[in-house]
Amino acid sequence: MSEIPRTVVDIADAVATKQIKAREVVDHYLAQIEARDGEINAFNIVTADHARAQADAIDAALASGEKVGALAGVPVALKDNLCTHGVPTTCSSKILEGWKPPYDATVVSTLRGLGTISVGKTNLDEFAMGSSTENSAFGPTRNPHDTSRVPGGSSGGSAAAVAAGFAPVSLGSDTGGSIRQPAALCGVVGVKPTYGLVSRYGLVAFASSLDQIGPFATTVTDAAVITHAIAGYDPMDSTSIPKDVPDFRSAVSAGVAGMRIGRVTDLPEGAEPEVTQRLDEAFIALEKAGATIVDVQLPSFSYALTAYYLIAPAEASSNLARYDGVRYGMRQQASDVNAMYGVTRAAGFGDEVKRRIIIGTYALSAGYFDAYYGKALKVRRLIAQDFDRAYSQCDVIMMPTSPMVAFPFGDKVDDPMSMYLCDIYTIPTNLAGHAAVSVPFGTGAAGLPVGVQVLAPALGEVPMFKVAGALEAAQGGK
Amino acid sequence: MSESLLPEGWELVVGLEVHVELDTKTKLFSGSPNRFGDEPNTNIDPVTLGLPGALPVLNKQAVELAMRIGLALNCTVQSCTFHRKNYFYPDMPKAYQISQYDQPLNVNGYLDLPGGVRIGVERAHLEEDTGKSTHIGGATGRIHGSDFSLIDFNRAGVPLVEIVSHPDIRTSEQARQYVSELRAILVAIGASDAKMEEGSMRCDANVSVHRFGEPFGTRCEIKNVNSIRSLGRAIEYEARRQYDIIENGGTIRQETRHWDDADGRTHTLRSKEDADDYRYFLEPDLVPLAPSAEWIENVRTALPKLPAQRRVELSALTGADVEGEAVTVVVERGQDAYVAEVAQVGGDAAKTLIYVLQAFAEVGAQSSIPPADIAALTMMERDGKVTATQAKTILAEIVEKGGGDPVVIAQSHGFEAMDYSAVEAMVDAAITAQPDAWAKYCNGEEKAVGALVGAVMKASQGKADGKIVTALLQKRKG
Repeated sequence: MSEIPRTVVDIADAVATKQIKAREVVDHYLAQIEARDGEINAFNIVTADHARAQADAIDAALASGEKVGALAGVPVALKDNLCTHGVPTTCSSKILEGWKPPYDATVVSTLRGLGTISVGKTNLDEFAMGSSTENSAFGPTRNPHDTSRVPGGSSGGSAAAVAAGFAPVSLGSDTGGSIRQPAALCGVVGVKPTYGLVSRYGLVAFASSLDQIGPFATTVTDAAVITHAIAGYDPMDSTSIPKDVPDFRSAVSAGVAGMRIGRVTDLPEGAEPEVTQRLDEAFIALEKAGATIVDVQLPSFSYALTAYYLIAPAEASSNLARYDGVRYGMRQQASDVNAMYGVTRAAGFGDEVKRRIIIGTYALSAGYFDAYYGKALKVRRLIAQDFDRAYSQCDVIMMPTSPMVAFPFGDKVDDPMSMYLCDIYTIPTNLAGHAAVSVPFGTGAAGLPVGVQVLAPALGEVPMFKVAGALEAAQGGK
Repeated sequence: MSESLLPEGWELVVGLEVHVELDTKTKLFSGSPNRFGDEPNTNIDPVTLGLPGALPVLNKQAVELAMRIGLALNCTVQSCTFHRKNYFYPDMPKAYQISQYDQPLNVNGYLDLPGGVRIGVERAHLEEDTGKSTHIGGATGRIHGSDFSLIDFNRAGVPLVEIVSHPDIRTSEQARQYVSELRAILVAIGASDAKMEEGSMRCDANVSVHRFGEPFGTRCEIKNVNSIRSLGRAIEYEARRQYDIIENGGTIRQETRHWDDADGRTHTLRSKEDADDYRYFLEPDLVPLAPSAEWIENVRTALPKLPAQRRVELSALTGADVEGEAVTVVVERGQDAYVAEVAQVGGDAAKTLIYVLQAFAEVGAQSSIPPADIAALTMMERDGKVTATQAKTILAEIVEKGGGDPVVIAQSHGFEAMDYSAVEAMVDAAITAQPDAWAKYCNGEEKAVGALVGAVMKASQGKADGKIVTALLQKRKG
């Protein structure tokens, strides 16, 4: 076969039916990485030898008639905050220099068990803190659609890898929009599953009550297939949901006839016109497909950003305290143990990480706890109540993913507040623990991708994928 | 404490915080073995080491043992949560300890001291232990000033229950009794081996003094108390130190003090101003623990009889003092059931208690020595078939061999059974042979009996029981 299939389902089918060798698939994607990742910088490490060996093993198994996994031969790129046994896991931070985890994240072993092949670890904002991938200790990732612009973040490497054709699918993590926003900016599908649907075991924690792993893909079907593959109860994660996972793939083509799509009438302003125009078109497309548009209100929505920037840093200040130079990663020498902590962390962490550790430590401190962290938790409950009310009137809610298309490097990196505003539409879903997906829907003025976001209640992935599939179909399908 | 320690009109107030390691198979949040004394850093895993991405999963056996402790201390067992207690120390691999904060598992209980004094138990909560540091070099054995430190993570993550008493303790003797009774309970219910010398039970004392009628004084927390004896000494020293300061016009500073067993003093460890701000917040990696009423009832029903009840029963069975050494020690060793078994098969309960107290120190709670052997021996001694000294020899042999027919052992030692008629004949012969001594004895000269008994002993070649001979002479006298 000369033409290499470009989607997860096509690759898996072609390899399983021996129309193509897994090795050919892997070689194709490695060649793409080789050719263009020097410019894009999507990867922190490319595990080419591992990938080829794994592909050969799959081909050998197929040749001898052995059973292989349902996704055998599908290359996958992994965000570099997912633990991979024996392969460096850096979180794009100097502080984890030289650390090779002695274990695999549950999603990593699950995907390997299904026969997917990891081609490497992708770049991110350090410890997933950022919206542009500019906060990486290993340099920024470039947007494949315009290399003078950011890919979004924090999972910018995983988004760019799929957009650039380095892998048909990748995994990212989403704490406040870190999958959906880069998916929108890179023109790919990005899923933030319900909190607890996918095991977090082996995901290096940023904010534990918000973090969730999800896929990037070029089609909604691929995104649904991979979300399904990594979903399910994991006894190693106490917050994972002990329930059977429904079929997501069939939802993609099920249509939206009779569905109620929520349009938020009191949404915080700030989205660029090129984004809101695409959103309006998306509502029209869904109406044409048989859905009803329902106006809903989310009055606490505008407080979400503030609450998030207390809760997430608070948890981060605790989660990142373990990086002290004592047991693994970087250590700077000093005269005593307290001084060693200080110089190691000063040299090992970047500015944004330090900023959030300080904010979070402050928010949790005696005397400030109630005013900051405590109040943020109350806002979190209010947002969940807002959503509950809205979802009594509609099945899903649709809004922009990002207020803007991909922006130039340096545009926001020195102004934390403007950077934080990138996540204004994505954060509430994390605070509520709900599901959401960003689906590419046309382009803006400069031809840059625009994403629209479909939000669903907890475990609402089926209606979410129905709507996402309809949005894709409205653009001619894939 | 001795009455002279504080002058008339002053009162000592003590509250105790006791940490016990639970006797579980595995650690509180991971599957690594919970075992004391293994090679350093062998009972470890990603969770124990707090490696990035690792997540805690609560150990059901630990919860059950903690519930047993709560129920044995008359606590209310309630739905509870886990918090992170954030602080830095090299042997705390996550830089936070998972503990329980405002919603502990067990609350509002009490413990009755053997003398009847009731000490309130505020709470008994679950938490994880830290690793163990050994600081090499330096004068103090502490981290500051040492050349380097070694860390053993085998203990990290071992389940602990912290039992916090109300400040109801008024003397050092009560403090000792409290810890000793608590220890007996913990062992009896199988929650912990509670060995202070191995660190599986640790005790901190909050000590203050005040004049009667005045509010409680400022307290100091005394750490590093490694035995029940040290606890008494430390409290007595600290009470006197505080009294002396107050009497000399000074004030007590709230601080943590370190007990030095060698010099018999407490020393400042850190003052309240230097105390850590632990920045407690709800542990996002765990879900609330809500034991069902059914589970709590099952644990309550399965609780074994507690030491206090067992002491009463053993005392009733044997006639021994309920607060005496024999009853206390035998119950503490868990051998009271064995005494009852011996009595059940016809043994003399009082004699059995003494046998077990004296000869069963190394036997353990579950003795394989047939109760019938011991029962037979008590009868032989009672009936004068063997002397007390001979019985002791036979008992030692039974214990050493794990059983044996006392009649056979007696014969093997040449302990001929002296029957009454033979002894009586010898008594009559002695009276006839020594009429003067007999007359003196009959006239109330008790000392005169010695010559008569001696004659019988000689005639019996030492095999007669002196006590029985004396009794026979008494009987003749009328």
